[in-house]
Amino acid sequence: MGKGNTEEQRYNDPLPEDRPPRPLKLSGLEPLIITPESNFINIGERTNVTGSRRFLRLVKEEKYQEALDVARAQVEGGAQIIDINMDEGMIDGVQAMTTFLNLIASEPDIARVPVVIDSSKWEIIEAGLKVVQGKCIVNSISLKEGEALFIKHARTIRRYGAAVIVMAFDEVGQADTYERRIAICKRSYDILVNKVSFAPEDIIFDPNIFPVGTGMDEHRKNAIDFFRATKWIRENLPYANVSGGVSNVSFSFRGNNVVREAMNAAFLYHAVQHGMNMGIVNPEMLEVYDEISKELLVHIEDVLLDRRDDATERLLDYAEQVKDSGKTSEKKLQEWRNEGLQERITHALVKGVDEFIETDVEEARTQVDRPIEVIETYLMNGMNVVGDLFGSGKMFLPQVVKSARVMKRAVAYLLPFIEEEKKNLPAGEGGSRAVGKILMATVKGDVHDIGKNIVSVVLGCNNYEVVDLGVMVPPEKIIQTAIDENVDIIGLSGLITPSLDEMVYLAKELDKLSIRIPVLIGGATTSRAHTAVKIAPAYRETVVHVNDASRAVTVASNLLNEKTKVAYCRSIREEYDKLREGFLNRSKVKEYLDIEEARKNKLLLDWDNYRPVVPRKTGVYKIEASLEELLDYIDWTPFFRTWDLHGKYPEILTDPVVGEQARSLYDDAKKMLEVLVRERWLQTKGVYGLFPANQVNDDDIAIYDENGKHTETLLTLRQQSKKNKRAANIALADFVAPETSGVRDYVGAFCVTTGFGVEEKAAAFEKEYDDYNSIMVKALADRFAEAFAEYLHKKVRTEFWGYDSGEDLTNEELIRESYKGIRPAPGYPACPDHLEKNTLWRLLHAEENTGVRLTESLAMWPASSVSGYYFGHPESKYFGLGKIKDDQVADYAVRRGISVDEARKWLNPNIAD
Amino acid sequence: MSAIQTELQKRILVLDGAMGTMLQQYDFTEEDFRGERFKDYAHPLKGNNDLLSITQPEAIAEIHVKYFEAGADIVETNTFSGTTIAMADYHMEDLVYELNYESARIAREVADRFTAEHPQKPRFVAGAIGPTNRTASMSPDVNDPGYRAITFDQLRIAYKLQVEALIDGGVDILLVETIFDTLNAKAALFAIEEVKEERGLDTPVMVSGTITDASGRTLSGQTVEAFLISISHISLLSVGFNCALGADQLKPYLKRLGQNTDLNISAHPNAGLPNAFGEYDETPEEMQAQIREYLEDNLVNIIGGCCGTTPAHIRLVAEVAALYKPRKLGMSA
Repeated sequence: MGKGNTEEQRYNDPLPEDRPPRPLKLSGLEPLIITPESNFINIGERTNVTGSRRFLRLVKEEKYQEALDVARAQVEGGAQIIDINMDEGMIDGVQAMTTFLNLIASEPDIARVPVVIDSSKWEIIEAGLKVVQGKCIVNSISLKEGEALFIKHARTIRRYGAAVIVMAFDEVGQADTYERRIAICKRSYDILVNKVSFAPEDIIFDPNIFPVGTGMDEHRKNAIDFFRATKWIRENLPYANVSGGVSNVSFSFRGNNVVREAMNAAFLYHAVQHGMNMGIVNPEMLEVYDEISKELLVHIEDVLLDRRDDATERLLDYAEQVKDSGKTSEKKLQEWRNEGLQERITHALVKGVDEFIETDVEEARTQVDRPIEVIETYLMNGMNVVGDLFGSGKMFLPQVVKSARVMKRAVAYLLPFIEEEKKNLPAGEGGSRAVGKILMATVKGDVHDIGKNIVSVVLGCNNYEVVDLGVMVPPEKIIQTAIDENVDIIGLSGLITPSLDEMVYLAKELDKLSIRIPVLIGGATTSRAHTAVKIAPAYRETVVHVNDASRAVTVASNLLNEKTKVAYCRSIREEYDKLREGFLNRSKVKEYLDIEEARKNKLLLDWDNYRPVVPRKTGVYKIEASLEELLDYIDWTPFFRTWDLHGKYPEILTDPVVGEQARSLYDDAKKMLEVLVRERWLQTKGVYGLFPANQVNDDDIAIYDENGKHTETLLTLRQQSKKNKRAANIALADFVAPETSGVRDYVGAFCVTTGFGVEEKAAAFEKEYDDYNSIMVKALADRFAEAFAEYLHKKVRTEFWGYDSGEDLTNEELIRESYKGIRPAPGYPACPDHLEKNTLWRLLHAEENTGVRLTESLAMWPASSVSGYYFGHPESKYFGLGKIKDDQVADYAVRRGISVDEARKWLNPNIAD
Repeated sequence: MSAIQTELQKRILVLDGAMGTMLQQYDFTEEDFRGERFKDYAHPLKGNNDLLSITQPEAIAEIHVKYFEAGADIVETNTFSGTTIAMADYHMEDLVYELNYESARIAREVADRFTAEHPQKPRFVAGAIGPTNRTASMSPDVNDPGYRAITFDQLRIAYKLQVEALIDGGVDILLVETIFDTLNAKAALFAIEEVKEERGLDTPVMVSGTITDASGRTLSGQTVEAFLISISHISLLSVGFNCALGADQLKPYLKRLGQNTDLNISAHPNAGLPNAFGEYDETPEEMQAQIREYLEDNLVNIIGGCCGTTPAHIRLVAEVAALYKPRKLGMSA
């Protein structure tokens, strides 16, 4: 039985009714067989961190029992498959997916149904595939990153025995027309069936459900194109299935649930008629098709099926009659100009429209006695609405930052009038009465300020006076300013790990000086646990961890409100005490090996049969890249996270909750990108080096020059937590051939920056009161730095070092050959030791070659920079060091030539208690 | 089409019976298990049946001969525990390649001799791939349900070594058997696919699960249909069940399997359920009667025996199997 037979069979049956059935068969502990007679298969969506805040919180807090309850409730509620997604920046997705699926496996009432392993990260998908005994679905793959990767992933999925959801997405982008949908699906299908021998019934297409009734002509056919594409797929791609996320279609009718629910139902009805046989539907957002009123249904179907030119307007008009809550339509866009002055100002603030703000503020100024009253009444009334909407989750961060831009413009317009008036008034009067004064600073040695700026803006919007000391602020300056300015709260931010110790130091100093100002802690490296365990005990006054800009205002107002303050501070203190106890108890349970034992259990790679690839040339080389080249390497998901929009790109753009906001932010980013690239706002500078090297003394890597002379030593740290049988205690040095093996190996190092030019641009925007674009340019520069690092890594793999020059090998070879090697960065989990950057800087002459400097805490300046090592061995992988013991710290101090105290200071976050 | 596929179209093929039951009759001592080569080995070796392929190869060959003489078409290699994972119990991980290679070679030689003597009845060697002693989808610790004593990758790597050695030793078929955890089997199938792709081979693969009790499920909780769906992603020569149950108790599950697949179906049940002493006392005649019912109902393409079965059982099974036509494929719903 050769393959030819079956393929012939596939193509010799053009008529669906003549085909023998080949149903999609899935399994958990029990089978799920989807035949042409099956009703629509509903996929549960609640176990998805990008769609469910509750599930996200449970996973983050490792409350897996409750997370399992979420899964169980879905199965009990009738979900025939459950979708599991762990794509969130603060979660170790591989670990969370593995743990959750392992736990599900021991719950027969959940494990009876098949799962969808949903991730945009291949490593998370593969981790899931490795722990599921049944036949699951992978969600998703597409041609987005080209045919080679698509084939490679499909082959692997097949070998694990899973079905697959294929997005209608290719190298050009997401399919948004009928023609693109069917072309991409056909191409995907042909590749899967012919080149991968993927069973056609195991292919599930997601041909993109997009919103209709947006008022834009290009969206008019969104539903009908989906229906037609679905029908085409079912008729022309034998045995393939069609799935989709339904509620997206009614996205522009948010706020009008009657219309939304009816539209979802009508869409689902037609989609199923056209052949969609599975998908995600929120049962709470679904009307029964037959119960939709005839009239409403006609209007809705006019839109869905694009039956008349004025269908959208007619539905909007009709929707006004049936709506159960307010809703603005496209055509009303300019009508707000006819409303009263306060309404106009509020509208401008809420919508972030600055076009008319000066006119309106001028009008307001003529209505009041003193110019300051415009701020205190009109503008603050508007900002209160913004604050309420934001607080209740109806506005999103980028919108609030835009509101702030309008606010700042308005205040700037009024300032000359206020100053003028002040001159004519006795001292002590005038000036706005802020609700509180907050000092904001990024601590000494740290240069990252995007998050801090966002919090500052949000606080500013809520009528707090913010004293922003900027970045790299020494503790003395923070304390002095806090006293001089008589601030109510001190906000500290940090992104790199040494900043944690800076914060502890500052807390101790404040305590020593008997200062009683509450402290807010935030920034990517901070956590509730660290705050509770390390910072809070050092300071008598309240310390609160705030990692979400939207919470900053609530926390600040609780801290400053005389009525709530005492109770609030006590509750925080109690919460942290409890957390600390729990944490300390838990950390005692962990077992550690002595460093000598850990070394005996090091990762032993097969050096006898390993021939390291000799780099094309060793030594240190400068490199530049054009911004255009880097565009393809940008990873957008972290960009959205910067703005507190959580979800993976590109799905985030169609997310029912944050999709609209994400699209608008993305549009703004694209607009800036175009100018940024064209006008070369950023300079790209990079340097890399490739060196002969060997592992020495277990944990060190000796670097040699061309003559074999030992020039520098990289110090790596070894995992010390006790492992399960057969797992090694890894150090990065294990990925390099030991000197005793007689094999000459190589390592690399790099530093890239796209940060020069950022400060100037950001400052220029700030001068125009445009925090939104100031933050935007910094966020984009960070993305470019990462993109540059990715770009350079590829160059190194395929050209400069060339150990992975097999990009044009056959696909089978690609499967085994590609993606070898890693580029870990000092300060990150595999090598948390920031002191290594000093060595890298010497090796690369990094400051000379790129201009990137190291601060006293060894942060890189400018902030949009990335540095790290290259390891080329195919088995090298990213890992987390975890906690280490005092014996390794002492050993490390000797190797580094520093005192144990200093070693403790640098390694503190990783030292086990 | 491979030779075995040709034979399967013609007749019901007979698989051998138990290896362990036969070895018990030799009553080997610790010294016998050690042989000359391992006489100073630091760990006890008695009970390591797979090791006997190296230290008592004549006994292993003799058992294969007895089953072929009884009428078996296929014998299984003496490699049920031939993975680094199972061999860790004896600290013999390093010996895994040799154990499998030697076991396959012994069976190959015996099979070739029989085929040479009776060319009209070709004999085959199936490389036996056991489940190991760990489960990838269950925790051994009831207090820590998320814990796993073994991972997919560890299994895949271990199985790959076993598969390579079996193929090098000359097996005709790979038999992934006594599957109590489907995830373990998927790791074995993954490894097999890797080896087949790397070597450009098309070695036929048999898969045989184990229904542990009257719940009708595998130890890891899957129903017959769910098990079948979970292992159907690669092309298989046959699917079936073995061990844990006698032919009687296994019958309803074979029926369910047959209703859901167009693959060849295999069965090698135990000689009934064990008695209070852990012995199997179903006689060859009793077993023959039950297998006759299988054949009347047209349930199987490959039939043999597992725990407690002997050449006497297989002789009667082969006799009755010769009287019936194999199950027709393409008859499932």
